[in-house]
Amino acid sequence: MSLLEKFAPFESIRADLNAHGMMPFGVVTEKILSPTEGLVGGKKTILAGTNNYLGLTFAPECVAAAQKATADEGTGTTGSRMANGTYSGHRALEQELAAFFGRDSAMVFTTGFLATMGMVATLTGPGDVLLIDGDSHASIYDGCKLSGADIVRFRHNDLADLEKRLRRLGERTANTLIVSEGLYSMMGDQAPLAGIVELKRKYGGYLLLDEAHSVGVLGKHGRGLAEAAGVEDEVDFVVGTFSKSLGSVGGFCVSSRPELELIRMAARAYIFTASPTPSVVASTRAALRLVAAHPELRKKLWRNANRLYEGLAKIGYQLGPQAGPVVAVFVDDREQAIAGWHQLLAAGVYVNLVLPPATPTGASLLRCSLSAAHTDEQIDKILDAFAALPMAASGKSAAPQTRTHSV
Amino acid sequence: MGSYQESVTLIYEALEPFLQPGLVLSEDSALVSDLGLSSLQVMELVAEVEDRLDITVPLNVLPDVRSIRQFAELLTRLTGDAA
Repeated sequence: MSLLEKFAPFESIRADLNAHGMMPFGVVTEKILSPTEGLVGGKKTILAGTNNYLGLTFAPECVAAAQKATADEGTGTTGSRMANGTYSGHRALEQELAAFFGRDSAMVFTTGFLATMGMVATLTGPGDVLLIDGDSHASIYDGCKLSGADIVRFRHNDLADLEKRLRRLGERTANTLIVSEGLYSMMGDQAPLAGIVELKRKYGGYLLLDEAHSVGVLGKHGRGLAEAAGVEDEVDFVVGTFSKSLGSVGGFCVSSRPELELIRMAARAYIFTASPTPSVVASTRAALRLVAAHPELRKKLWRNANRLYEGLAKIGYQLGPQAGPVVAVFVDDREQAIAGWHQLLAAGVYVNLVLPPATPTGASLLRCSLSAAHTDEQIDKILDAFAALPMAASGKSAAPQTRTHSV
Repeated sequence: MGSYQESVTLIYEALEPFLQPGLVLSEDSALVSDLGLSSLQVMELVAEVEDRLDITVPLNVLPDVRSIRQFAELLTRLTGDAA
């Protein structure tokens, strides 16, 4: 097989997806109108798959901060944090992140993917062990590949399996990094963090928690699942992103381990890439202040999430195991999922189409994510669009046990 | 536990539920290309062997394992380490 032949299978997949006249992956939003609306295919569309959990992308404070930073400091830093790319704003953002999370220090990365991949790859090396949840994000898996450590997977959110694997590691747990996510991005379920922490206490090891989808979403102050579960002291490293509830792009790690300052000098994903632009740093700082000052945004988000989850369950859809800002609608058949996605878009609703192997199980997903900025009317429209799909009428997917949640 | 021959015997036992009837096993049989195991079945086989031996087989060493012989050599090494 020659170099480029391995891409041939993508050709038929692309043809399948294009059959309905629009490619579901890489959809162009011709004009973004608000955190929850845009023009897609010339049509005003409710955006229900953007991870814009608190709806802060158009917050006047964030927009003004970004504009001012661009005018004052320019469009880009043109350099790495290690060289010329650290401005006072980058340092200030790190101090504010550390204060927000109640940790000693913070590191700012250029994307969330780089933060997670870079921390996983740098914290561990040959001879160490990475003990990761089986449904981990690609950034965690890529970090594993780069680290050279032994990679051991435990079944998704399965404490018994995690315990078995910790026990088998014996003394090697002293060199083990356990990796979990606060809120899983595809199914919307949360890690059993209190249980994970209990096992860590019993067997040893370090814990890194990816709170990409849970910062601003979980916990009384929005510090994520570690706060909600009351175990922040036991989570050694928290990584996350600015590109969801904080409405910009970029990533971070916070920790009270003094070694975090040394990791700056070792993490290639931090050293060999240009730092975030001044506008990104400024809007993220403004968004962080809004998250701290407006807990009602989180309440609104959960109200919306529960409303959509309950509505979809009532229609009879099989959903992810836990209500939350990510609502995964299971569709057994891939063709049905593709057709359903197009019908939703025609009805003015954009959600994410997720096909295997990007899904943890064999099922295809119509993945919704909610925002505090969604109105009740918008959520009702989303529900109406789902109720009109042929698979809703078939009664094929039985409603499972549902569980709702409040902050 | 720990000898190569014991590892081979254990793999033969653990493989049984995955095999088409009539297949002839040898130490040189390749799990995927000769025995027709899917990647999911390979993972199930590994989990079964891990449980029987109460050991952990790291994911990163699996790409080097194609045949029963290579798997047995790996298990012999891992159980030797643990002893």
